[in-house]
Amino acid sequence: MILTELTISQAHQGLKKKEFSAVELCRAHFDNIKNQNKEIFAFLAVTEDYALDEAKKTDDLIAAAKDFSTLAGIPVAIKDIILVEGMKCTAASKILENYIAPYDATVVKKLKKQGAVILGKTNLDEFAMGSSTENSAFGPTHNPHDLSRVPGGTSGGSAAAVAANMAVYALGSDTGGSVRQPASFCGVVGLKPTYGAVSRYGLIAHASSFDQIGPLTKTVEDAKIVFEAIKGKDKMDSTSVESQFSINNSQFSIKDLRIGVPKEYFVKGIDLEVEKIVRSAIKKYEKAGAKIVEVSLPHAEYALPAYYIISASEASANLARYDGIKYGFSKQEKSLLDVYLKSRGEGFGPEVRRRIMLGTYALSSGYYEAYYKRAQKVRTKVIEDFNNAFKEVDMIFTPTSPVLPFKIGEKIDNPLAMYLVDVYTVSINLAGLPALSVPCGQVGKLPVGLQIIGQPFKENQIFEAAAFLEL
Amino acid sequence: MISLKEVRHIAALARLNITKKEEEKFKKDLSAILDYIEKLKKVDISETKETSHPISVNNVTRRDEFSKFGKKLIDDHLKVRSILR
Repeated sequence: MILTELTISQAHQGLKKKEFSAVELCRAHFDNIKNQNKEIFAFLAVTEDYALDEAKKTDDLIAAAKDFSTLAGIPVAIKDIILVEGMKCTAASKILENYIAPYDATVVKKLKKQGAVILGKTNLDEFAMGSSTENSAFGPTHNPHDLSRVPGGTSGGSAAAVAANMAVYALGSDTGGSVRQPASFCGVVGLKPTYGAVSRYGLIAHASSFDQIGPLTKTVEDAKIVFEAIKGKDKMDSTSVESQFSINNSQFSIKDLRIGVPKEYFVKGIDLEVEKIVRSAIKKYEKAGAKIVEVSLPHAEYALPAYYIISASEASANLARYDGIKYGFSKQEKSLLDVYLKSRGEGFGPEVRRRIMLGTYALSSGYYEAYYKRAQKVRTKVIEDFNNAFKEVDMIFTPTSPVLPFKIGEKIDNPLAMYLVDVYTVSINLAGLPALSVPCGQVGKLPVGLQIIGQPFKENQIFEAAAFLEL
Repeated sequence: MISLKEVRHIAALARLNITKKEEEKFKKDLSAILDYIEKLKKVDISETKETSHPISVNNVTRRDEFSKFGKKLIDDHLKVRSILR
């Protein structure tokens, strides 16, 4: 048995049957990290002593024949934009290079309560802005399936850590596709929960009306286990809500499923190999008796420009707090204004500054109506499209990404080309819907993901449908 | 298309120091992005209301308390950089 290949539920069973200890499981993952992290660079920081101590606690529980939860003793990697008390949280930015988290994010608190073993913090695009993890101030993460290619982004470190068996599972965050797209590029499962399903307390804010924390796992079953553990209303996040649909639908059957396939998602710009693999995955559902319905999302092509206006606007406000006074990086200057200008000018990387500039422009006097307000109205149109589609179908299936994992350096000098990689994922964040990426095939050694979009708070239905593809 | 003057104006509003060389790059990149965003003008939004949040949210307030956020406390005071000279 290779310990690092186990899923959450397999590892839990192994611990239960005393086939190995939690400390052994933890050590095996650190061995993998030591062997591979130099090349892949999924982890920005590892916390070995802390992790081994936590693993020991689970072993003590098992030795005392006490009950232990499914996640107890299971090694997890956390995206370095989610706070873990006492550990550095950099958001992959120079401006937070030495920032130490003063408290646990709610999701981390929940995992710790279950006995999770936190291995370390994973790489990302600075402040979760990008699509390739190349925008990290500390260097890019490499795709474990082909080291010359990107792992996707922004949760590229988390996706690569799981794909390379350096962690059993990981947490990421998704503002416009940042869990699903790297999951697709690295061949793992990634869930963006319904907006509000998971608390954002302790997640460094990028765009507050889009951000959601979600799991990256080896299987759909594992994604469900982690989602159940982290979801729920939190008094520290006023936008979090209790799901009304937490009860499992035992009646679920592929035969009764009506699957929508939006015609606007299979147009110019999609890689033909990706299209072929996604269409053949959809065919499998049809063969199993699901009804495949062509649906229309007429405003699909406007989702991306609307997303970039709104997210950049929200980001420009959220990132105003990094002023060189309250947090980390600070330039010593004569006047206060110069402290602001220089600290921010040097502390933020190129993409973060670009988005702050774009957002500031869209919110500035004279442009607010033309850009920000207009984009918010288009957001309403995108939501109406989904509402109309869901009158006819239960779920919507699309490719997660129009392209295969691209070469490191290929798009980094062309911001617009990079933005276009998110064309199938951002509309889901505009509408606050849940969506999951599940591996559905490969081109050579490069993975392709199928995106399953569900109705608000019906994550369980998505899990049921996605698990069918793993059979 | 966005002008160099506008780039400088936005950078000042956003409190970002940018170099001469960067001004040109921002002008080029932001112009390309804004050209793409022009697309939004094709959507008929005359009857549409804005959405600011995908779920309805209410304001929740808490007591105005002091958190130390990892900074050193000296005699119950938080030490920050001096802003008045």
